[in-house]
Amino acid sequence: MLQVEHLHVNYGAISAIKGISFTVPERSIVTLIGANGAGKTTTLRTISGLVKAESGKILFKGKDITSTPPHQIVSLGISQSPEGRMIFPELTVLENLKMGAYRRKDTKGIQEDMEYCFTVFPRLKERIKQAGGTLSGGEQQMLAIARALMSKPSLLLLDEPSLGIAPLLVKLIFEKIVEINRDLGTTMLLVEQNAAMALNIAHHAYVLETGEITLEGNARDLAQNEEVQKAYLGM
Amino acid sequence: MEEFLQQVINGLSLGAIYALIALGYTMIYGVLRFINFAHGDVFMVGAYIGFFIYPLLSESLETGYLTAFAVLLAAMLGCGLLGVTIEFLAYRPLRNRPKLTVLITAIGVSLFLEYTGQIDFVFGADYKTYPTLVERSAVLSGSGLSLGSDQVIVFVVAIGLMLLLRVIVMKTKIGIAMRALSMNLSAASLMGINTNRVISFTFFIGSALAGAGATLYAISYPKINPLMGVLPGLKAFVAAVLGGIGNIPGAVFGSFFIGTAETMTAGYISPTFRDAIVFGILILILIFKPSGLLGKGGVEKV
Repeated sequence: MLQVEHLHVNYGAISAIKGISFTVPERSIVTLIGANGAGKTTTLRTISGLVKAESGKILFKGKDITSTPPHQIVSLGISQSPEGRMIFPELTVLENLKMGAYRRKDTKGIQEDMEYCFTVFPRLKERIKQAGGTLSGGEQQMLAIARALMSKPSLLLLDEPSLGIAPLLVKLIFEKIVEINRDLGTTMLLVEQNAAMALNIAHHAYVLETGEITLEGNARDLAQNEEVQKAYLGM
Repeated sequence: MEEFLQQVINGLSLGAIYALIALGYTMIYGVLRFINFAHGDVFMVGAYIGFFIYPLLSESLETGYLTAFAVLLAAMLGCGLLGVTIEFLAYRPLRNRPKLTVLITAIGVSLFLEYTGQIDFVFGADYKTYPTLVERSAVLSGSGLSLGSDQVIVFVVAIGLMLLLRVIVMKTKIGIAMRALSMNLSAASLMGINTNRVISFTFFIGSALAGAGATLYAISYPKINPLMGVLPGLKAFVAAVLGGIGNIPGAVFGSFFIGTAETMTAGYISPTFRDAIVFGILILILIFKPSGLLGKGGVEKV
């Protein structure tokens, strides 16, 4: 579904991504794990078109999307739940979700998808009229994921869904990610510092270190890998 | 007491005009985080659009109010398109540059409009008399209190447009997108919002309101010239800062406050101080509450 080939991204003179290549097969959950500053968020922002690639290619369903503007990338079927959630604080939960469906015109389909989001995250329904900024961190994360789902993406990019959230809620949110992947068949690219959680739900994993992919493999195998255990799983 | 009420009426009608200008400053600040210093000159162009189009319209349209309404719409449309063009040509190419670059460009655009306007075959540097769109008559008189038909029109049109703006911003999809964009630009692009289109729309609405303000201003003060936008523009800017820049209700509140303060000063102290009081308020607000009366502080939850 998604192929990234020899991607280079620079921030000014600093090279953030140094020629990475990876693939995300249809209906799978793929994770990019790595420390802070490894280039995980930059990778997702480049796929979404917020950051320009220096060189390399991003192919989505076989089509080159490397220099497509962000709003068209959403139309093609890629949406993102960004790092730090980026909820619109003064818009209500409902308005946030409607913004997620901004490019859609099928009122009925939008309504159905909203119902689905409410069955996955009943708490959002309870808070429907509340301003996004008044939600707790965990609720905001649920809203960020639900909002990203509202564009009916075939590929969902999840940036650090565990960031700054109580451990119990992290567990819940990861269960929901698996549930969405199973229910809707949405392909997922998950970026995480919490490697244990990510490797637990992903099918395939890549380890990113200072802009380069150093390891890749089946998520279960990587979880057993000695280096990964030492560096990312704290064993 | 009557004199006081009279000053309030005069102040609010002046404030309503400032509000139409201030809304443009505050909306554009909301989406792009910079002050469009050319906004007062867009306002000036709005008055000239009315001046030039009135003779053409008054031939084909009969009743005075219909013509006045057509002039208002023409000024709004013309200013709206001018605002969109300015953004497209002058500000968009600088989108990722430091804000100071854009700010200086805005001052450049402002001077360009002011001094191009003074060329003889454009508007000319001399004062022109704006056509009498509506005959001034006293709606209320006697008992020392007067309310002119021009003031009633100012109130009705200004408040009507503000309510319309509120519906657009709060209820329509593009209005909600405008607010989303002002809260977080990258998150808005991630929603699939074409941010450039929303920015153009914001410039259109903000500038069209300035065009409406210009028409109302010229009805009340019919001497127009290419520098007429400078002072009302600056005062509306002060009003937007007073209310909290980026805050739409704040701009309206600030404008009514500034308008009233100005007429009160002119009436009770001395007309010489009417401009000084406005900038005095600006200094006070910048010292004591830089975020404005209704504005939020600079702290944002991340």
